[in-house]
Amino acid sequence: MSTVKKFLFLNRKAPYGTIYALESLEVVLISAAFEQDVSMAFVDDGVYQLLKGQKTDGIGMKNFSPTYSALGDYDITRLYVEKESLEARGLTVDDLMDLKWEDEDDDWAEKDSIIVVSSAELADIMEQQEVILSF
Amino acid sequence: MKFTVQVNEGPYQHQAADTAQQFVRAALEKGHEIYRVFFYHDGVNNGTRLTVPPQDDRHLQKGWTELAEKHGIDLVICIAAAQRRGIMDPDEAKRQGLDADNIAPGFRISGLGQLIEGGIQSDRTIVFGD
Amino acid sequence: MAILHIVNKSPYERNNLASCLRLAKAGAGVILIEDGVVAAADGGKFSGMIKDAMKDLKISVLGPDLDARGISRDKVIEGIDVVDYGGFVDLVAEYDCPQSWL
Repeated sequence: MSTVKKFLFLNRKAPYGTIYALESLEVVLISAAFEQDVSMAFVDDGVYQLLKGQKTDGIGMKNFSPTYSALGDYDITRLYVEKESLEARGLTVDDLMDLKWEDEDDDWAEKDSIIVVSSAELADIMEQQEVILSF
Repeated sequence: MKFTVQVNEGPYQHQAADTAQQFVRAALEKGHEIYRVFFYHDGVNNGTRLTVPPQDDRHLQKGWTELAEKHGIDLVICIAAAQRRGIMDPDEAKRQGLDADNIAPGFRISGLGQLIEGGIQSDRTIVFGD
Repeated sequence: MAILHIVNKSPYERNNLASCLRLAKAGAGVILIEDGVVAAADGGKFSGMIKDAMKDLKISVLGPDLDARGISRDKVIEGIDVVDYGGFVDLVAEYDCPQSWL
């Protein structure tokens, strides 16, 4: 398939309370096989998906947060996090997992996958998309 | 224009499946093509043939089946979401050693790739959910 | 590229509309559907927010959802376009990319 489209997966829900975050991640991983231009955005309670230190033993559910660290290996290297959503929740980027990807065009340099953007910047990014799947 | 429609919620609990079905009908009336309807999350529950709503209520599953039969619309249920929620076709039920299947006519079970492929092939991909 | 934002939740219950308006750019469209249509009625707490947004955005509302909820069309904020399902389809086709605020 030669068509490359810009796909954005927009996440606005916290993990575990509903299945949206987990099943969104499953679609994102599958999308990697189609060699599209894929990025993710985390807005509102979606930012909680990226918090470090998730421990789910007590609720009897699988902790799927380690999967976000694997996204780089699938060439999904842009995870946009809305600054206003972080701030509204009293969070900073330091509260989020340290997600990296290796840039093969730059001597495999480790780069940050998480990109904190303002609402205005995210609005611009959204306008560039061809498919937005929201969860 | 070609549309792919994603349905994220089951019938009756949320309006999402109703709105999606109305949207699909209106798009067909306007001469558009529905490339695929993809059922994800609890949306897979649209595809069980075992729902029996009261007689004076709409029958959403039959509405989908009719759209598939009359207009050849591809109704795809996500396999991973379906397995979690007990939506089975005969092959999958047999493979899992289960004693029954429940998929409605006109639906098929397939992978998440069908959603991405729908997004690539269609001019617009629209999501209905909660 | 202009987005058609689709809002299906009441602003009195959830923040979907607020998030949509925060991230919508001038020239985009917004359609209120399902429980989202309550935001189209004038005289409510969120009417000012909608009227403000209308300076930059084209706002539509799904008529059948208004009718179902007993919201009379003459209660709808002036300038909001009331459409049927066919009109909804036209909007999705008219804008480059739909985005549902679920």
